[in-house]
Amino acid sequence: MAKLRFHIRYPEDKIPDPILYQIGQEFKVITSIRRADVRETTGWLDVEFTGEVDEIDQAISGLRDKGCVVDPIELNIVE
Amino acid sequence: MAKMKSLACRECGKEYPTKDIHVCELCFGPLEVKYDYDEIKASISREKIEAGPKSLWRYIDLLPVEGQPTVGKYAGLTPLVRAHNLGAYLGIDELYIKNDCVNHPTLSFKDRVVAIALTRARELGFETVACASTGNLANSVAAHASSAGMKCYVFIPGDLEAAKVLGNLIYRPNVIEIEGTYDDVNRLCSEIAGERRWAFVNINVRPYYAEGSKTLAFETAEQLGWRAPDQVVVPMASGSLLTKIWKGLKEFEKLGLIDQVTTKVNGAQAEGCSPIATAYKNGRDFFKPVKPDTIAKSLAIGNPADGYYALKTVAESHGAMDSVTDDEVVEGIKLLAQTEGIFAETAGGVTIGVLRKLAKQGLIKKHDVTVAYITGNGLKTQEAVIDSVGRPIRIQPSLSHFTKKFELEEPA
Repeated sequence: MAKLRFHIRYPEDKIPDPILYQIGQEFKVITSIRRADVRETTGWLDVEFTGEVDEIDQAISGLRDKGCVVDPIELNIVE
Repeated sequence: MAKMKSLACRECGKEYPTKDIHVCELCFGPLEVKYDYDEIKASISREKIEAGPKSLWRYIDLLPVEGQPTVGKYAGLTPLVRAHNLGAYLGIDELYIKNDCVNHPTLSFKDRVVAIALTRARELGFETVACASTGNLANSVAAHASSAGMKCYVFIPGDLEAAKVLGNLIYRPNVIEIEGTYDDVNRLCSEIAGERRWAFVNINVRPYYAEGSKTLAFETAEQLGWRAPDQVVVPMASGSLLTKIWKGLKEFEKLGLIDQVTTKVNGAQAEGCSPIATAYKNGRDFFKPVKPDTIAKSLAIGNPADGYYALKTVAESHGAMDSVTDDEVVEGIKLLAQTEGIFAETAGGVTIGVLRKLAKQGLIKKHDVTVAYITGNGLKTQEAVIDSVGRPIRIQPSLSHFTKKFELEEPA
């Protein structure tokens, strides 16, 4: 089992949607929110995903398909 | 007693030992070095600093290393140039350029942060260093690793310009071109950093690496005769440099090395990648990530790790932020070159462009002691200006042609 950490940003029109819940239903991953800021016009979460690496990869793809921007917890690594 | 007390989370404050960790295990907030200022105050003085090495290591008491420097011994202590001509042009009486175009050994401010990161990496027992970069950082890591005899891996996007790839290959690191998007590079490097016992300078040793930027503030204050400027203009990529310049000035104040700091810290971005400046203009305390599209590649960070903290710093210091178009970047590069003889890379054009705007708007006033930070050398980004500087004047190899061409009078 792997533990990977991500910074997930929601598009403005998706803020009311229970996206993380849906991802937990669609893929075999455990999600643990450590920090978040959700407002009317912006929303981001710092989340730890636990599961098989392939399953986490699919969950991340699923988040992107739903319009989320997913980055490593460190944000931009390439300088 | 050690001067470094701990690594502390910038969000929840939880403290950790000074090891190769960078994220709080509890809240995933970024970690920052915490110092024992009482201990430092007992030994530091202006005289001690002035008698120190002619490099950034003269400030070793405020840098996150335990022993003596082993890598990057000659980095820093770059000129603070009194910019009379540019100051007159902009209507600023006392303007200075902090010129990291001539930093050693790779001509950018990255030599500061890498000197600290690699010295600390060695202290932590690392034999291999790595980074993900499109330019200046990779150059600096590769050069320092070469001189330090450390193994080095540089990760770059697969579509990088040939000149930038060459700038890395010359030092013989392992240069890895990744097939995929920018996001793929980002993700892969983060995963490798979690898997390997390598010092990824801007990931797992980032808390130490970032502290190197403080030396720009220390040098500025010392070179100004132990005083803080009224205004600084700083280019923003991740936003880290701006926050560390503020931290450096406040540390000098705390230690009694300079008087009260009232410096206004101003941030500069290119319009094609201005998530932080846009947030500032819109009065927000958060930024929205962007896809970079600017010639200022060294500032093209769309999801800046320290963006929130940069906004906080500018608010705290009562500074401002602004952005400039790519055309204004080129104008800024040319203006600096043609007034002060300093050829800056595109980030420097951003700084000068925003300095010009702030002066025009009256946010920087005539009598403000102002420092603009130029962080890299123009020879690295020649493609940005190659089409806007004209061509040489071609003549026949004869004195009469020369005289005629320039409409000069015949010598008596």
